[in-house]
Amino acid sequence: MSTRTFGTRVKRNIDPKFLRGEGSYVDDIDLPGVLHATFVRSPFARAKISKIDVQDALSMEGVMAIYTCDNIGKLDIELPLLIPHDCMKDARTQRPLARDDVYYVGQTVAMVVAINRYVAEDAALLVDVDYEPLPVEVDLEKAVLDSAPLVHPTHPKNIAADLVQVSGDPEAAMLKADHVTKIRVEVERSTAASMETRSVAARYDRVSGELTVWDGTQAPLTVRGGLASIFEMDEDKVRVIAPDVGGGFGQKVMFPYPDELLVPMAAMELGYPVKFIEDRRENFIGSNQERKQIHDIELYATKDGEVLALKDFFLHDTGAFIPYGIAIAQVASTSIAGPYQIPNIHVQFQAVYTPTITITPYRGCGRPQACFAIERAMDQLADDLGMSRFEIRRKNLIADDQFPYVREGLMFADGLRVSMDSGQYQTALDMVEEKIGAKDFPKLQEQARSEGKHLGLGLAFYVEGTGLGPYEGGHIKIHPITGKVYVNTGLSGQGQGHDTVFAQIVADQLGVKVEDVILTEGDSGAFDWGVATFASRAAVVSGNAIHKTAIIVRKKTIVAAANMLEVGEDEVELRDGHAWVVNSNRCVSLAAVATATNPLRYAFNEAAKAATQFAPASKHDGPALDDGQSPGLEATDYFSPACATWAYGVHAAIIEVDDVTCSAKVVKYVLIHDCGNMINPTIVEGQVMGGLAQGIAGTLYEKIEIDEDGNITNANFVDFLVPYATEIPPVEIYHLETPSPLNPLGVKGVGEAGCIAVGATIASGLADALEKFNKPKFLSLPITPSMIFDVISDEAQN
Amino acid sequence: MKTVRKLTPSKSADPTRKISLTVNGETVEREVSVRMLLSDFIRHELGLTGTHVGCEHGICGACTIIVNGESSRSCTILAVQSDGMDLRTIESVAEKGGCLHPIQQAFQDNHALQCGYCTPGMIMNIISEFESNSKIDTSEESIRELLSGNLCRCTGYANIVEAVRDAAERMGKN
Repeated sequence: MSTRTFGTRVKRNIDPKFLRGEGSYVDDIDLPGVLHATFVRSPFARAKISKIDVQDALSMEGVMAIYTCDNIGKLDIELPLLIPHDCMKDARTQRPLARDDVYYVGQTVAMVVAINRYVAEDAALLVDVDYEPLPVEVDLEKAVLDSAPLVHPTHPKNIAADLVQVSGDPEAAMLKADHVTKIRVEVERSTAASMETRSVAARYDRVSGELTVWDGTQAPLTVRGGLASIFEMDEDKVRVIAPDVGGGFGQKVMFPYPDELLVPMAAMELGYPVKFIEDRRENFIGSNQERKQIHDIELYATKDGEVLALKDFFLHDTGAFIPYGIAIAQVASTSIAGPYQIPNIHVQFQAVYTPTITITPYRGCGRPQACFAIERAMDQLADDLGMSRFEIRRKNLIADDQFPYVREGLMFADGLRVSMDSGQYQTALDMVEEKIGAKDFPKLQEQARSEGKHLGLGLAFYVEGTGLGPYEGGHIKIHPITGKVYVNTGLSGQGQGHDTVFAQIVADQLGVKVEDVILTEGDSGAFDWGVATFASRAAVVSGNAIHKTAIIVRKKTIVAAANMLEVGEDEVELRDGHAWVVNSNRCVSLAAVATATNPLRYAFNEAAKAATQFAPASKHDGPALDDGQSPGLEATDYFSPACATWAYGVHAAIIEVDDVTCSAKVVKYVLIHDCGNMINPTIVEGQVMGGLAQGIAGTLYEKIEIDEDGNITNANFVDFLVPYATEIPPVEIYHLETPSPLNPLGVKGVGEAGCIAVGATIASGLADALEKFNKPKFLSLPITPSMIFDVISDEAQN
Repeated sequence: MKTVRKLTPSKSADPTRKISLTVNGETVEREVSVRMLLSDFIRHELGLTGTHVGCEHGICGACTIIVNGESSRSCTILAVQSDGMDLRTIESVAEKGGCLHPIQQAFQDNHALQCGYCTPGMIMNIISEFESNSKIDTSEESIRELLSGNLCRCTGYANIVEAVRDAAERMGKN
């Protein structure tokens, strides 16, 4: 047997290319004669458009075309509602270019195409739009009042969706409770801020009628389907390629942003390639955001801390439109009970239109908000009952033998009931307790306090439903000349290292080097069945599809090699790129096997001779290929998960508050994480650490600031504080590996894990550090120095 | 039905200047628009697309190159300002088709990159620091300070810190 690479710290195949500066992101693609698009955007959160005059702009030298809603033909439509759900009535979606009304600052009103971006931006300034501003309410709580101006006249109280989900019998359980803990928590709006902004380029071949679109998207196949459908073109005439993509984090999963339709349209109409490379400000005001929710959560418990029922009501800000349906709110509502065996749940949310940029998932997708609500509530319950925060959790965690743990009545974002498949929650809690040094912490805290310092221990558990369906596919082919293995899948990567983990899966089956497995993903020209990259699903869904495919190719290879080596199939092993007769030095290369399985007429190289018609090994007693037999070593297969597989973990931190700067310093941060079997621990840790950094960002630094008129006032990297290396603390990461029973590889997703529990952990630590101040304890995110100052300064005055 | 393709203007009305500079050891002469950013000049006029653009307001550091020996953000310099200067970009760092530079190798060995977008800017900044100092302080705090001009959204920085420490060791700078 070859050495198994699954589970080992293999270096990434893709890195040398990136390190040499040879990555190929959308703006790097060489398109001679390319024209540049930019947008005229609404400066008002809500307004009527009374006039658009493009004449001055159009007459500028270097301007090729200007589009408004009046000259984009069949694109002048309300864009699709991507994920329909019964709880939304008459869901509102955006038009590519505004017609009559604008609904948020930054909404696209006109598109300018010019010979370069500089000219295009000049011309955009000359497009004269008359607006009649309308009153707005951007505050989420005020937006649902009768007095609030409506974003859409169709939706009273601005309510886009209202959904109640019930598990068990919460009403009855509440009556049995000795104690109820009620808190209100709030998480602010943030944004993905990937280092590469969104980008799209298109070229139309007027001879072949083929449209090629390079799109920095997480969902190239969905983009292809959407373009073909909206442009009424044959699907095989539309090729969508997600090339190297500089980070996604959810923002790039929604389709279509206006540019994703208008750029291809302009390329077809003008007959030249066109591209739109979003600038940073546009990414802030024009690309979707996430996070704003306000939860009122109640825990009904016995006096010894057993939670009998949970009730949660939350408002979810969906922005001006709801193209992605209720996905975020649904994930939040079904994750609200976290890792706890709370059998009775009543959870309701209202998704609310506000005249702001549309809300679609950003890494975490509702989970950080749900985690913040339940974990802050568990801390409060522990305080109320005089229990420790470890004790209250230990009392309520789902036990190992309770899996699969079903929350009947709660439907997850995949349309299936919540069924948490496996885990070792108690073990994880024990581990984090030991690793953070919880036993010795009270002494440490006491000592710090005696020195006038504030030291606290924070704790938070999280769960993450990952690896959602419906399905993904894998295609594998061993190349007859090089013996290298080509792998395709339909979803796309944004830096996760798919090329390496998928190569490991294939290498193990076919006995080849990881670097000899070459992945092409996210290119509809290479493989066009599949869905997209979201919800931590690539390793689970594409990974298992590729695994299943590799098993078929392995079988084909062994059959063919056994025939060539004239031995039984059980006497053949695959390793080092060859098929070997076991316990011998007889072998044949995979390239030769691949060649031999492809009956040839022409000997285009030495190896090919063996496959030609007159060669001794060729078949001479009938057709070269039997009925149902296909040439080469190649296969395609699919994996469709039964339901989501649930990863989980627990974070603990020691936090010190600086009295002078009112900042929170992370003294120590430990996390335990379980994503089932790890394909590559180095890549898993990279995902966890990256997620954690975004968690720190959303906890202590990042917030989209929106003024009362709906303007984002920090739409740049000077004022929106993405952390540098100096703001992210070192972290200790420990793993548990509970294999998922739901897929052959036993894997669970990891993409979003790191970010989910950070807010709750740091808030918990701060509350503990500042326990002596009799104040509400960090129930909103992000936590700013002013909030810490408010807690500390009152005490100083006393 | 195919429509008549519009003629594209060959250039804008922007005034231009002739500049002459050295890029990765090669002398380059070009006529450039006076308002063209150096980052756009490098990427789109010279075709050196390894230098990336992340914010165009001097914060993220993705466009960092080495100008006359010092790391600089190419998005806050105009191409015309680079007349007579010596520029080095990520494309000059590894040997063509050959070995990676020890800093690049340390990045791969420590999984210090994910999407790769910020990586060239990071590397150019680190190279500049390594070249201008005989020793690098490899304490956690000091390495993080060294990296504090470059944003990375994927890695959480821990592995980049490790890569810098590793590279300093490999290059005898620790």
